Amino acid sequence: MRKIAIYGKGGIGKSTTTQNTVAALTEMGKKVMIVGCDPKADSTRLILGGLSQNTVLDTLRESGEDLDLDDVIKLGFKGTRCVESGGPEPGVGCAGRGIITSINLLEQLGAYSEKFGIDYVFYDVLGDVVCGGFAMPMREGKAKEIYIVVSGEMMAMYAANNICKGIVKFAEAGGVRLGGLICNSRKVDNERALIGALADKLGTQMIHFVPRDNVVQRAEINRKTVIDFEATAGQANEYRQLARAIDQNQMFVIPKPIPMDELEALLIKFGMDQ
Amino acid sequence: MLLRHTPETLTDRSALTVNPAKTCQPVGAMYAALGIHNCLPHSHGSQGCCAYHRSALTRHYKDPVMATTSSFTEGASVFGGQANLVEAINNIFAIYGPDIVAVHTTCLSEVIGDDLGQIINKALADGKIPKGKRVIHTNTPSFKGSHVTGFANMTQSMVQYLSEHTGKGTGQINIIPGFVEPSDMAEIKRNLSMMGIKGVLFPDTSEVVNGPLDGRFHMYPKGGATVSQITSAGDSAFTVSLGRTASLSAAKLLDTKCGVPFTNLDLPIGISAMDAFVDCLRKTAGVSVPDSIMVERGQVVDVMTDMHQYFYGKKAALVGDPDQLVSLVQFLTDMDMKILYVVTGTPAGEKFEERIRSFTGDDTVIKYGAGADMFYFHQLVKSGKPDLIFGNTYAKYIARDEDIPLIRIGFPIYDRVGHQYFPVVGYRGAMRLMEKILNAVMDRQDRDAPEESFELVM
Repeated sequence: MRKIAIYGKGGIGKSTTTQNTVAALTEMGKKVMIVGCDPKADSTRLILGGLSQNTVLDTLRESGEDLDLDDVIKLGFKGTRCVESGGPEPGVGCAGRGIITSINLLEQLGAYSEKFGIDYVFYDVLGDVVCGGFAMPMREGKAKEIYIVVSGEMMAMYAANNICKGIVKFAEAGGVRLGGLICNSRKVDNERALIGALADKLGTQMIHFVPRDNVVQRAEINRKTVIDFEATAGQANEYRQLARAIDQNQMFVIPKPIPMDELEALLIKFGMDQ
Repeated sequence: MLLRHTPETLTDRSALTVNPAKTCQPVGAMYAALGIHNCLPHSHGSQGCCAYHRSALTRHYKDPVMATTSSFTEGASVFGGQANLVEAINNIFAIYGPDIVAVHTTCLSEVIGDDLGQIINKALADGKIPKGKRVIHTNTPSFKGSHVTGFANMTQSMVQYLSEHTGKGTGQINIIPGFVEPSDMAEIKRNLSMMGIKGVLFPDTSEVVNGPLDGRFHMYPKGGATVSQITSAGDSAFTVSLGRTASLSAAKLLDTKCGVPFTNLDLPIGISAMDAFVDCLRKTAGVSVPDSIMVERGQVVDVMTDMHQYFYGKKAALVGDPDQLVSLVQFLTDMDMKILYVVTGTPAGEKFEERIRSFTGDDTVIKYGAGADMFYFHQLVKSGKPDLIFGNTYAKYIARDEDIPLIRIGFPIYDRVGHQYFPVVGYRGAMRLMEKILNAVMDRQDRDAPEESFELVM
């Protein structure tokens, strides 16, 4: 079982990219579980065809710890197992602790049991690594591979670099490694080369460049992944390529985060000197 | 009437707990850690946690309890406790020289999300853990479980970190005694040696928290299971774990990690549970039960029958920890006492209730986990008075207000001595319990008897 965590700046398209990639993996015959680690609980909407799921933490709050796996796992596109951690509304409580509680509970309930024959677990994690809770998926025995979704926009790259700092801390003591950057294009000038160069600096690879295509929006409105909504679209093939690249990936590194001025220099080199 | 405001009528409560029938997870984790020889328990949190947990144990055992703390401040809360713990590990080995440090977390470090495994690896990588020394950890936020689950977690972590399967047959049997007194652990070992069985008992707090006064201070008293003993548990032939809540998880892990098969039994409190334990030992070790044990058992049966008229039909209300309650209920029903109420703040689960019901039937009120507190227990007692209350020191307020004799058993006992030195497990323990019950019943009878029926011979 390969356990993968997806990180990246808020709004960069982690959930969309993850779910489309997962859909492509299931097409390849892989059995996948998605664990949404975001209080908004929107990590499995496209796979489930809507936001109908009971979150782990809501279930825990309502019915106590005597709950069953079936209470919190829903089956979506091609049998993909979907879990949403859930968490407090913005401005109250502690979402980070929610993720710790939720993942511990899933382990206790045997969600990772071999009997389900799961090939891949994807943790879709909220925005930045803001506190210890959001790093939970990186802990020993949890996700071993991290992919960071990024675009050519400065703040997205800044966030990616920060996430790498978090990875370093856990990688030095444990087995977690960076598997690559996924560029989710915002049509920034020179974006492919820019993210390629950022990947080089960080000591990793750009595992795939996902171009911008409005079919993604149309599929989202219909609560579907592109693979499900329009299987023949060119964009669907992009996600299939990404899924294959992840499936065959051999490059797992401890990243080397860069100082702010180097990041700015990169942007100037690729972005400004047109 | 210290609890005069407790109303008689039960009302539905959805959120409030009044006087919980449990305490923090780290209290149990700290107590379990003291059952390792030359071990310094370490509390990963603010100083107040450590001070409270130490004092809870010190008040119960009347012996000093040593433990260190990560001393979180505002800074540690914001930046995480890694720097504090790494520094603490460095200081502890340099200044106090234990063989092993057993770290448990607290509410604060759990909410921050400190990854203890990662921090310990970091301390190791930085050379803060001297060669041959060990650091282990367990997770014990107090907003979950109770002191019993904290004990279970630390015991499980001992297996996780220390036990190894090397393939060398040792011919020994593991005993995981559960959250019982040092006197109980010693009593289990005494029974093993009477049967001629080579056993490893862990955790083992005998002669740690009940050591003798010899005029000198011992940072690490003589008792405790050594690290190498716990390591060798992975090579044992068999494990007998006592008590589902406190010991099962460690026994299961020994099975999955090291392939040591196990049987989980009730704590050997009372004659039936002790019979089951002795029988299990006899079968797994292939030994016969010596006469010395048969004599002790026979004496218990003798007192049970001689005094049956005093036990028969007496109504009992029990509050305490799940593993003790299960065995105690069985013992009391064996003596034809009637069990009215059983309450524990520990989230003991449906299996706990089923087990108790198998002895008592449907009439007994059983409540566990959230909402099962001393206030509720008191209301039950008011709703239909028992003849005896079994509980820890906190039950004395209820016993006094309702004028019902209290048999002190469980954790904590802050206001009497004896539990440190005299067991409640084994046939000897059964005898002691009967003596306690008889004294309570007969003292009450003597107090209340009219002059014409004040008995000389009872």
